[in-house]
Amino acid sequence: MENVGALSLILAFCISLYAVIASIVGKVKRRPFLALSGERAVLAVWVLVSTAVGILLYALMTGDFHLAYVASHTDRAQPLFYKFAAWWGGQEGSLLLWSWLLATYAAVVVITNRKRNRALLPWVVAVISSVQFFFLILNAFVASPFQVLASDHVIVSVPDGMGLNPLLQYWAMVIHPPFLYLGYVGFTVPFAFAMGSLITRAPGESWIHTTRRWTLVTWMFQSIGICLGSGWAYHVLGWGGYWMWDPVENASLLPWLSGTAFLHSVMMQEKKGMMKVWNMVLIAATFFLAIFGTTLTRTGLVSSVHAFAESPIKTYFVSFLGIGIAATVWLILDRLDYLKSEAELESVVSRESSFLFNNLILLASCFAVLWGTLFPVITEKFGSEKISLGPEWFDRLMVPIGLFLLFLTGVGPLFAWRRTSMESLRKNFMWPGLGMLIVAAALFAGGMHNPYSIISLGFCFFVAATIFMEFFRGAHAISEKTKVGFVPAVIELTHRNTRRYGGYLVHMGVVLMFIGFSGAPFDQKAIGEVPKGGSMQVGAYTLKVVDMTESEKPDYVEDTAILQVFKNGRDLGTLEPARRFYKAQQQATAEVGLRPRLNEDLYINYAASQGGKATLQAYVKPLVNWIWIGAVVLVFGTLIALVPSKVARSYPRTEVVGIAKKNAPVEA
Amino acid sequence: MHKYGKFAILIAIIVGALLWLATAGIGSSQTYYKTISELQKMGSTASARTVRVGGDIQANSIVRQGSVVKFNLVQDSRVLPVMYDGRDPLPDTFKDGAQALAGGRMGADGVFHASEVQAKCASKYAPKPGAAPDQLQKKAAEAVRSSL
Repeated sequence: MENVGALSLILAFCISLYAVIASIVGKVKRRPFLALSGERAVLAVWVLVSTAVGILLYALMTGDFHLAYVASHTDRAQPLFYKFAAWWGGQEGSLLLWSWLLATYAAVVVITNRKRNRALLPWVVAVISSVQFFFLILNAFVASPFQVLASDHVIVSVPDGMGLNPLLQYWAMVIHPPFLYLGYVGFTVPFAFAMGSLITRAPGESWIHTTRRWTLVTWMFQSIGICLGSGWAYHVLGWGGYWMWDPVENASLLPWLSGTAFLHSVMMQEKKGMMKVWNMVLIAATFFLAIFGTTLTRTGLVSSVHAFAESPIKTYFVSFLGIGIAATVWLILDRLDYLKSEAELESVVSRESSFLFNNLILLASCFAVLWGTLFPVITEKFGSEKISLGPEWFDRLMVPIGLFLLFLTGVGPLFAWRRTSMESLRKNFMWPGLGMLIVAAALFAGGMHNPYSIISLGFCFFVAATIFMEFFRGAHAISEKTKVGFVPAVIELTHRNTRRYGGYLVHMGVVLMFIGFSGAPFDQKAIGEVPKGGSMQVGAYTLKVVDMTESEKPDYVEDTAILQVFKNGRDLGTLEPARRFYKAQQQATAEVGLRPRLNEDLYINYAASQGGKATLQAYVKPLVNWIWIGAVVLVFGTLIALVPSKVARSYPRTEVVGIAKKNAPVEA
Repeated sequence: MHKYGKFAILIAIIVGALLWLATAGIGSSQTYYKTISELQKMGSTASARTVRVGGDIQANSIVRQGSVVKFNLVQDSRVLPVMYDGRDPLPDTFKDGAQALAGGRMGADGVFHASEVQAKCASKYAPKPGAAPDQLQKKAAEAVRSSL
């Protein structure tokens, strides 16, 4: 069976190369059937890669322990769900997942564009297939999942496998990698369309319209992936945090930041024909950062607590990045004339300007994260010592950046295009602004003295107020006019322009997440070694150890501490944090005891039991839950933005003025 | 070019502020990575700054005294005694043979005083190239022997 799998990967490798060549030659030499065969080749690659995936999954589910990958990542006692998840539990499997997702996306592109974008498509296919080709080199020859175990040239099998890392045996972690990859891989498609449009000098913004939904869906997957990873760190790792600027976390954030910048700046191109070069640069940067992120997590370029191994595939990734970036830069420089802007900036207080600063800040943060992540690599290469930057450095830089972005979230959408009048500024911002000052003053008077938290919560109020005002005004107008209730009017309003109001909902999600972040400076922490019957204190909570028990399951032994929780003397019931020791992997994991509430979480990690005493790490974490709630709102808003608007909108360009008009080509 | 002047000033302010933030805080959050041999060669200068040192935890070297944990790190057959102050309980992956990264200062007594310890499981999650297959290879070899 594994031979069939390996063979189909090698065939897929050949056919993806064919797809690249056939598309390019077919297009350049004007042989439409050759180009069409390139498209068919994409479908063939999907079938072949799927076959390989099917065989690997079958081997994982049935426990075919003569395959090295199966033996390294599953064991007999493991639940079926985690056997499936072992597909992306290791290096070879995750690279195969990457390949398969790309093949699937490519097939969807080919099928949905049978009648559209015909001139562009051969180039799109060529670009996607080049990326596919690269990953298939890895799948087929460098990191094949179908290696068998052999001893003295005899293929053997082991009686039982080593099992999936128990830290990964958690639902959020099981679905986190596929979501993150759906995001990473998805950026290949808009990138391919952008390059296709650049190569053919296609007129207009068709690549942006075509890929708007792709980009949005991809961005959504990536947001979900990042939040799931963060939630997993919080709920499973037992250190009481959700983000620590670890290289692997940063790797997932980088393309998200540049992707967010892209989502905003394409609006400038759609509506005003500006920032064309910039958008090309952004989508290319996003794509390469996604590849870079994969490199970082898959090759151990920077040492990380996630601890992926140093591996030979680093060279392949670095070469791919080098060649890809060089080709893209050349292409953009060569076609600068095609990317000429049709309008220019007029006023600092305008929508254009807010987009500009949004982009500047997002890119700056992206660069800062990249710099901080690669700092050990840079200092080792160009200095004598390897130096890493701690989380404090990232916080110091990223907190002000985040707050500025939050501020822009509030003002940007309400600035008018071109320039904003004082009248409109007063109308839109007076009440939210005053409210913000009152909130900040109240927080300060209430005893909150952390400046960042005060500013953050003040901005949160400000942005939320502007968003509510937008919904209220629009819905009020509709309900006046059509005599419907307020709630149907809100739905009608949103349905009329899903992009705009979905966008507001996404912003609302961001606001809620910032409320969650604002709680971080007020975390409380206590560590105690408590005997049975004893108690410890954290914040206003008293934890009394009622009992410590031990139980045995097929794949692990579990120690549980049963705690009675009191807050200011009031009995809140019990929490049962536990530790598991997985036998096959000889590894312990924490099952955190959590009492989540909207105002604060009580978070208890049962770290160890020694000599009849339970070592407990207890945290009180204010407002954390708003992060997860915000994430849900953000995803909901994105889904709304994906629904087609009821009123079909064409966005007429605002009048073209100034220098650009003189230089603009006269249309025949 | 009056209006572009405004943009230029704003952009310069933002970029400048970020650069200032990035460089001003860099000193306190820098951590130096050293190998055990480098650390031992540095002598008295080593105690001046925070460093991180990595290695494998020597088998049977872990001694717990209350919250203080003593253990030895081994790298290229050089041994570094480490004393961890135990401000946080050690991670689940901390055990004999695991790779560990200790952060702290070198003491004058030749003992490394760690204030943080990270540990990676030696065999799982992150098989070093060849490491996991080796183990499997051994298992496989046993399977062959027992079937003969």
